[in-house]
Amino acid sequence: MDLLELTAVALGQKIQKKETSAVEATQAVLNQIDKVEGTVHSYVTVDQEGAIKKAKQVQEKIEAGQLTGPLAGVPVAIKDNMCTEGMRTTCSSKILENFVPTYTAEAVLNLEKAGAVIIGKTNMDEFAMGSTTETSAYGITTNPWNKEHVPGGSSGGSCAAVAANECFYALGSDTGGSIRQPSSFCGVTGIKPTYGTVSRYGLIAYGSSLDQIGPVAKDVTDCATILNTIASYDKKDSTSYQRESYDFTKALVDDVKGMKIGIPKGYFGEGLDSEVSNAVMAAAKELEKKGAILEEFDLGLVEYAIPAYYVIADAEASSNLSRFDGVKYGYRAEDYKGLHHMYKKTRSEGFGPEVKRRIMLGSFVLSSGYYDAYYLKALRTKALIKQEFDKAFAKYDMILGPAAPTTAPKVGASLADPIKMYLGDIYTISVNLAGLPGISVPCGMDSKGLPIGLQLIGDCFQENKILQAAYAFEQTRAYKSPFDK
Amino acid sequence: MANIISDETIEYVGILAKLELSEEEKEQAKKDMGEMLDYIDQLNALDTSSVEPMSHVFSVHNVFREDVVTNEDDRENILKNAPEEQEGSFVVPKTVE
Repeated sequence: MDLLELTAVALGQKIQKKETSAVEATQAVLNQIDKVEGTVHSYVTVDQEGAIKKAKQVQEKIEAGQLTGPLAGVPVAIKDNMCTEGMRTTCSSKILENFVPTYTAEAVLNLEKAGAVIIGKTNMDEFAMGSTTETSAYGITTNPWNKEHVPGGSSGGSCAAVAANECFYALGSDTGGSIRQPSSFCGVTGIKPTYGTVSRYGLIAYGSSLDQIGPVAKDVTDCATILNTIASYDKKDSTSYQRESYDFTKALVDDVKGMKIGIPKGYFGEGLDSEVSNAVMAAAKELEKKGAILEEFDLGLVEYAIPAYYVIADAEASSNLSRFDGVKYGYRAEDYKGLHHMYKKTRSEGFGPEVKRRIMLGSFVLSSGYYDAYYLKALRTKALIKQEFDKAFAKYDMILGPAAPTTAPKVGASLADPIKMYLGDIYTISVNLAGLPGISVPCGMDSKGLPIGLQLIGDCFQENKILQAAYAFEQTRAYKSPFDK
Repeated sequence: MANIISDETIEYVGILAKLELSEEEKEQAKKDMGEMLDYIDQLNALDTSSVEPMSHVFSVHNVFREDVVTNEDDRENILKNAPEEQEGSFVVPKTVE
């Protein structure tokens, strides 16, 4: 079997058994990048030399018995909004084109301690604002299943890199669906953990109350294993939550007997592609066959999640992105008249259109006279949405639905109409508002040969329930790679 | 109710956002913002009068620590990222005469 087709955990086992090595795996990934990167363009930065050097160091430690964990020696790709000491971190923005962090994000540090080999930094929508990875200042990423289609976003590079075997797993971040939607579009598995589970220290902030780092991988076992490694309580992130358990792999049990799964009727209405609907319902039936109890119900306020989200996320973005001013790091405009003009010119030249659009809206909803009507209104709506989920989770172990209303759209079809693009976030966005965990698992293909994702949403801190159901579902089908065709 | 964004509003938001928009960008921003606010206004259909605004889904509290430096002096590396630096400091355009 080709090394590249292995899951991260399977590769880790082979490395521990000396059937292969970290160096061999890293070289295989770098060769694959040489082969497909010209088409896929998953990466903003590939650190070929650093990766080989690191792989050698890790291999020595494995041989010395110092690194025995499941991910030791396994090559990983990191979304380019997580700081990596000494490795350029751009957020796919011109404004950070030459930014080299002086420290490493906590989640990435946790991986490094476990012996991960970082291959490079993956492409994304600029500052994670987008659903297609087309707003990157460094060119678009294409979908490995069909290069005429987008990989989704904003973690499109991470998801495409996993699907195209350009790494064995990746880290993404999810503010409104940015792990789950591209995972769905690329046929890989991605989980957004409960808010506060993975430290945001070193994650360049977009919407701080919504952002969460999570794994992107080939299967549920990998996701759980990666989550075991990256999740930690971190004093440096004041929203980090001290959880009772960080054992997610114990959920890898093929058993859903008696699990109550709620299916929101509103999720299967207008706007949902029929092929997606059929595949997701077929997946639900598989779980039912295994003993889960399915029930349709009315989840309230679904239509209010998107407007509330864009007020909150853009407000936070306008504040978070004020740090990019051409003084401390990144791009600085030339030819300016005084300090304020330098700020304005730098930001106007350094940010792309979607980022500017969101900063403008965010500044507006926070401005005096509009703060109550928009920002506080959105926060009140968020409270009501949370209540709706609380009601649902009083009855159900999890909620099942699609990850996105369609499969991956064609390149160039989305950006012209922002509101229409935002509507594609309907199934993912409320999960961030309520701080919940959500996983996207491949559940089929449409007639165009593009993957479809099943989303399972759990109550806060109930990752293990959705991981277990996702794992059980996964046993009913084999992992498909774009190269199986 | 359609939101009409005036030139003054766009100017004002541009100041708050520290963005210098071209005439073309301003027109686009007026259109985009108006449409987005029309869309957001559907929140008004929701009675939220008895609901407190929710910033965080969990009850998070300020995290305090002793005011002690724990990291090392990394001035040299930090300044390497600065567009302009001099004698261990960031250089900005002159702000006072």
